[in-house]
Amino acid sequence: MKRAGRGLLVAIVLIAVAAPWLAPNPPDRQFTTYLYAPPTRVHVEAAQGTYFHPLRVVSRLERRFEEERDRHVRLVWFDGRLVASADGNDPLLLLGADSYGRDIFSRLLYGARTSLGLAVLATLAAMIIGACVGGLAGYAGGLVDETLSRLSDFVLVLPAIYVVLALRSVMPLVLSPRDVFLLLVGIFGLIGWPIVARGVRGIVASEREREYIAAGRALGASPVRLLAVHLLPATRGYLATQATLLLPAFILAEATLSYVGLGFPDAVPTWGTMLHDASNVALLGDAPWTLAPAAAIFVVVLAVNLVVQGSGESPLLR
Amino acid sequence: MQTRSQSGIDESKSEAMLRFLVRRLLFAVLLVIAVSSGALLLTRVAPGDVTANLGAFAPPDEVARTRARFDLDRSPVAQWGGWALRASRFDFGDSFLYNRPVGALIRSAAVNTAILAVAALALATLVGIPLGILTGSRSGVLPAAVRGVSLVCLSVPPLLTSLFLVFLASRTGWLPPGGMTSVDAIDASWSAWMLDVARHLPLPALALALPLAATFERLQAQAMSETIQQPFVVAAMARGVGWRQLLVDHAWRASLRSMCAIYGLAIGALLSGSFIVEYVTAWPGLGRLMYEALRARDIYLIAGCAAMGGVFLAFGSVIADLLLFAADPRVREGHAA
Repeated sequence: MKRAGRGLLVAIVLIAVAAPWLAPNPPDRQFTTYLYAPPTRVHVEAAQGTYFHPLRVVSRLERRFEEERDRHVRLVWFDGRLVASADGNDPLLLLGADSYGRDIFSRLLYGARTSLGLAVLATLAAMIIGACVGGLAGYAGGLVDETLSRLSDFVLVLPAIYVVLALRSVMPLVLSPRDVFLLLVGIFGLIGWPIVARGVRGIVASEREREYIAAGRALGASPVRLLAVHLLPATRGYLATQATLLLPAFILAEATLSYVGLGFPDAVPTWGTMLHDASNVALLGDAPWTLAPAAAIFVVVLAVNLVVQGSGESPLLR
Repeated sequence: MQTRSQSGIDESKSEAMLRFLVRRLLFAVLLVIAVSSGALLLTRVAPGDVTANLGAFAPPDEVARTRARFDLDRSPVAQWGGWALRASRFDFGDSFLYNRPVGALIRSAAVNTAILAVAALALATLVGIPLGILTGSRSGVLPAAVRGVSLVCLSVPPLLTSLFLVFLASRTGWLPPGGMTSVDAIDASWSAWMLDVARHLPLPALALALPLAATFERLQAQAMSETIQQPFVVAAMARGVGWRQLLVDHAWRASLRSMCAIYGLAIGALLSGSFIVEYVTAWPGLGRLMYEALRARDIYLIAGCAAMGGVFLAFGSVIADLLLFAADPRVREGHAA
């Protein structure tokens, strides 16, 4: 189970990295006659190779499309991209199109870069803050420990998503994608650190009573050196577990924020902004492919759960 | 649980329990005050305020009047002081967005969220705990299948379950895909209203309960399989206690201690999850109200929502403590806090 989960995670990261090569279309290209178009049906025949029939819109109001049976559009393989349509005006839409006629599959791949990149950076931020605070609290003890532990306990009690919402909504609503990215990394880091700090504090507090730390101190090692070189490395295993738990939580937080319109602007492909496109209930029933990012989030969370369950750690309520 | 006689020893025990509860209640009050004051001050010191809703061309005197109405012309500390004084008399100020007192708005939203949360919690408990006992104590095809399903459910957070259920509902028409009541039910009789709400409740409740039930199942299974290996269970088995009684009366009761701690956390998860479920399914609860208030910078409504959220959290942790008292005699007798 653990191995399957790890393999899945590695595959997802590779897909995100290779997005420009894997995606059949540019993520922001709008195919104006393909609004809410269904996924393209690819035909494989020995004589003609791989091809598909392009779609013609029958009714824009009802979003009905018809395959042009007499026209064949070939697929071109390994020409700069893994696969693409031979005709630029008849796109290959593996997962259909969204409300602007953009290719959902390509956006999903590019969205993985933003969503995963944000989650990874935010996880790193939370771990660094958490390790510093927890290490300080565990090493210093006394009043410092008391204050920092109370603070992290307090943040832990709060329902994280509301804090994120509140912090995000007091910032200007319209920001450039880069600023949104940095802001969200900051906010998620601020919310995520206490859970890391609490565990690190416990480990450091018990490790510092061990002989090797006393020996280090007797040899004249400074507290900073003791912490950085001897104590924090002892928390490695714990940090790895926490990272796998924080990562999906942050992916989900981004999705939630973008879904309610407080995350990235709609033009930026992330899994959250794509889900936002699926928020029109009336259309959702007719265009289930707009839920593709939900499936992507599910796969990531499942992969993490497989890894965590396999290692016997209990999942967290988040 | 047996009732205890009023002997001298028991009095000191109940005194310890009372002290413990008082401490928790004090923490609860502090939590509510800290959360609501924090929300108020954060909204106040952040750039921009509620007058942005008046539009770009509002005359300056109207902007000034609105500022004055919401005490935005006073210093943040003075505003907080005035608000806290009035809040202590249960006057939480007015909402700009709804032009109504915040107290009334919060009350109805809190009731709606409570209905949703209680339904979801009950559903998750009724499904998750028995299945957890099963998978934690047996091996075979059925427990393995339950474990697999629960791993899948664990991986669909409320955002995904609610989206998926809304999709399913709009596709099949089995259930109304959103809202808490239909239009006809607004003027209907009490019983018709109840029926209408009962029709709208299953979808959001299920969306909220699915991941929670899976969490309960996994944790109960873990607690169960750990308890079963303990010597007292083996001893009971050796005495010839029946399998069912062994599981429920001995092993399950002992595993309850760790489950109670989970319930305290579950309230936070319910609140967090209910935000997005309420948003997706248009359930008129606290999460939706908070979201609207935040977007409009409706300062007193934000503070009120935060206070109510704090009350929910504190309530949950006190309930979890009481459950712990009921479940674990060691805690009751003051051996372990």
